[in-house]
Amino acid sequence: MAVRRYHLTFPKELVTEPVIYYLGKDFNVITNIRRANVDQDGGWVDLEIEGDEEEIERAVESLKRKGVGVDPIERQVIE
Amino acid sequence: MRRIKALRCRECGSEYPIEPLHVCEYCFGPLEVEYDYDALSKLVTHESIAKGPTSLWRYYDLLPVDSPLHECVDLGGGFTPLVEATRLGEKLGVRRLYIKNDTVNPTWSFKDRVVSVAVTKAKEFGFDTVACASTGNLANSLAAHAAKVGMRCFVFVPADIELSKVVGSLVYGPQLVAVEGNYDEVNRLCVEVASRFGWAFVNINIRPYYSEGSKTIALEVLEQLNWKAPEHIVVPVASGSLLTKVWKGIKECYRIGLIESVRTKVHGAQPSGCAPVVNAFKLGASMPKPVKPQTIVKSLAIGNPADGIYALRAIRESGGVAEEVTDEEVVEAIKLLAETEGIWAETAGGVTIAVLKKLIRQGIIKRDELTVALVTGSGIKTSEVVCESLREPIRIQPRLKAFEEALQKLQL
Repeated sequence: MAVRRYHLTFPKELVTEPVIYYLGKDFNVITNIRRANVDQDGGWVDLEIEGDEEEIERAVESLKRKGVGVDPIERQVIE
Repeated sequence: MRRIKALRCRECGSEYPIEPLHVCEYCFGPLEVEYDYDALSKLVTHESIAKGPTSLWRYYDLLPVDSPLHECVDLGGGFTPLVEATRLGEKLGVRRLYIKNDTVNPTWSFKDRVVSVAVTKAKEFGFDTVACASTGNLANSLAAHAAKVGMRCFVFVPADIELSKVVGSLVYGPQLVAVEGNYDEVNRLCVEVASRFGWAFVNINIRPYYSEGSKTIALEVLEQLNWKAPEHIVVPVASGSLLTKVWKGIKECYRIGLIESVRTKVHGAQPSGCAPVVNAFKLGASMPKPVKPQTIVKSLAIGNPADGIYALRAIRESGGVAEEVTDEEVVEAIKLLAETEGIWAETAGGVTIAVLKKLIRQGIIKRDELTVALVTGSGIKTSEVVCESLREPIRIQPRLKAFEEALQKLQL
């Protein structure tokens, strides 16, 4: 089992969608929100995802397809 | 005397021991070094600093290292000139303008400050390998410092980068890893490599210590102004770490009695093609929204800055502003600085000077206010951006008359 930490950015149009609920339902991963700030204009969630590496990859890809910004918790490390 | 207390989460305040950690286990907030300020105020004085070496290590007591001074990794970075910019000031309409000239560092950028501290700390922790992901200044500096102490060094870059861009790193002998993937994939891989291998990834697992090195630029400015805080300081913003630490450095100096007041407005400067912090500042938002960078200013092209939120807070807390400038304004500013002060800045320095010019025009910086602009890297690294807009040479036959005729036409 692997554990990954992500900073997710939600655009306005996804604020009303239960995106993280579906992550746990559609993939065999455990999600754990550590910090978040969401309002009607969008928001962000710092999320831990636990599962097999391949399953985490698939879950992350689905987030990106939906239009969620997915970055490592460290954000951009290329300086 | 114990100078360093712990690592502390910037968000929830949880404390951690001084180890290679960078993220809070509870809230995933970033960790920052916490000092014992009571101990520091007894230990550090103007006189004790003046006795130190003429490098960034003169602020040893305010840096998060335990190695004795003579074991700190030192290429001679820092203690760079604070130049009174009278000719530039005249052009811009201000009287008390200074340029902090960090172009003269050993690898020609301010990154030598952060890397000296990071590599010293990595050695202390017992790492034998240092690494970073960088296409520019950070890689140059890390490769040089690793060479100095004989540590193994890995530099990760996107595979499509031109080789000429990394010569300034390769010359020091690191292992370059060209990753076949887009920018985001390279970024993610590096975070995973950092967590998998027992390496010191300087701006990932060593980041709390690495970023403290930035503070030294502010400490020097204060010391070079005879321990007087300027009224304005203009700082380029990439990850936001430099600006955050400039503000932290000024506040720490006040806290331990090195300066009498904190009156400095810290202004953030970004190129329009990558201005997430400026956008958030102008919108009144609490957090920058990620952007896709499109600018010639590669050293500031961080679309999703790790410390953007803290840079925003520092700007607001200090009463400063964030402002952006176009790539054309950047090129003009590089030339203006070079032609008036003899300092050739890279594009980030162009951003600083162009924003300085804008803030003076807007009346935010006034004629008699003591102002410092941070010029953080040398133009030799980004010469291509000014090449086409420089004065054409005159071509003449090897005769004095030909030169005299040409000179007359020039009307210099």
